[in-house]
Amino acid sequence: MSFWSQVVEITRVDLKVERRLGDTMRIVLPFAVVALLVFPLTLGVDLSAISRLGPAVFWAIGILFGMQVALRQAAHDDPERRDLYALLGVDPAARFVGRTLSGGVLMLGFLGVLLVAMIALYSPELPDSWFGPLLLTSILVAVGLTELGTLAGEVTADLHNRTALASLIIAPLALPLVIGASSTLEAMTRDAGILPWILILVATDLALAVAGVGLARPLEEASR
Amino acid sequence: MGRLVDLNQIAVSLGGLPVLRDIELALDPGETLGVSGPNGAGKTTLLRVVATLLAPATGSGTVLGAELGTAAVYPVRRRIGLLAHRPALIPELTLAENLRHAANLSGIDSRKTETALRVVGLDEVSSRTAAASSFGMLRRTEVARLLITSPTILLLDEPFTGLDMEAQELIGALVSRTTSEGGSVVMVSHELGHLAAHASRLLTISQGRLEPAL
Repeated sequence: MSFWSQVVEITRVDLKVERRLGDTMRIVLPFAVVALLVFPLTLGVDLSAISRLGPAVFWAIGILFGMQVALRQAAHDDPERRDLYALLGVDPAARFVGRTLSGGVLMLGFLGVLLVAMIALYSPELPDSWFGPLLLTSILVAVGLTELGTLAGEVTADLHNRTALASLIIAPLALPLVIGASSTLEAMTRDAGILPWILILVATDLALAVAGVGLARPLEEASR
Repeated sequence: MGRLVDLNQIAVSLGGLPVLRDIELALDPGETLGVSGPNGAGKTTLLRVVATLLAPATGSGTVLGAELGTAAVYPVRRRIGLLAHRPALIPELTLAENLRHAANLSGIDSRKTETALRVVGLDEVSSRTAAASSFGMLRRTEVARLLITSPTILLLDEPFTGLDMEAQELIGALVSRTTSEGGSVVMVSHELGHLAAHASRLLTISQGRLEPAL
């Protein structure tokens, strides 16, 4: 079976399992919205500050809770299933790409709902024609964060404290994504160029993709 | 056709503890090997070495002509079938979906899965999720997977545990089919009686060493 057929099959089944488990939309998303709701309470009644901080809070909460989406249960294979995939001839790189695609779709949906909630709760002053750049930024963040989550999941596969360890790996490595995403929005509000920040996000995504595909086989073999 | 498995002086350690020592094993086409031994003797580890999933620390060996511990084993893995002690199914998928998933990943016509489910007697319960199925049903689903993938080397870990007579006969039929098509089978179990009924050669494993069965 071709590499891309395996990618499509992994993505399809991953999304089906996630739909049945509901980790992202029924558990992570409501808690992220509550966090978005609670944050302004710490600022009192300063509405202009709330409005100004909205986009930054959106990215901070989006990436923090997005780590849980990236490490969702549906993207974790127990040792028996990893052995089975190897014996079925599944390319570990296809598993990485498939997991990244399914996670990217979920992450984009998650960020989309969170964005609507942020606009409703914070009434931020968004620049004209904000939708296109914000969509592009969200896609790049979704892909990068999922790549990072999939990679961290593979590094910590079969470890008892996998969830805690994987989060600790993701948090510092997600910094370029946090900086790139929040700076893009800030640059837009100042009418400054967003290209350098977009390039940081693209470079991060590409580096993670190369690392994920290149390390997929060694990590799978080392996990046994 | 040459030897399917040829292991020489293989030793394996897990977590710093020696699990297999001085393993010498050769398997010819059409052969069914039964390996018995107590819990913790190294039976499952031996199966994982033959499955190419575990590289030996010392010694050398080939499986389907591929040198163990090298990248040559990756393409031959799809010719090896393993019935592990714990089912490798996705709990949230139905039995039929699990089987179709395996077929799709191996490039096998997914229509074959319906026939396989009928053969193992699961056609009427195939819409149950794996999480809601009994151990016997999960095992039958795995047997159905081995039927459609038709491995050259079939590895069975405690294949008769927790199965009714009908399911045990299915395992027997799978073993017969594999050997009649020129493949080899390795079965490990702590119950010598079951192995003796199906194996053409019996060995015991004790403290990581293979010995002829008495």
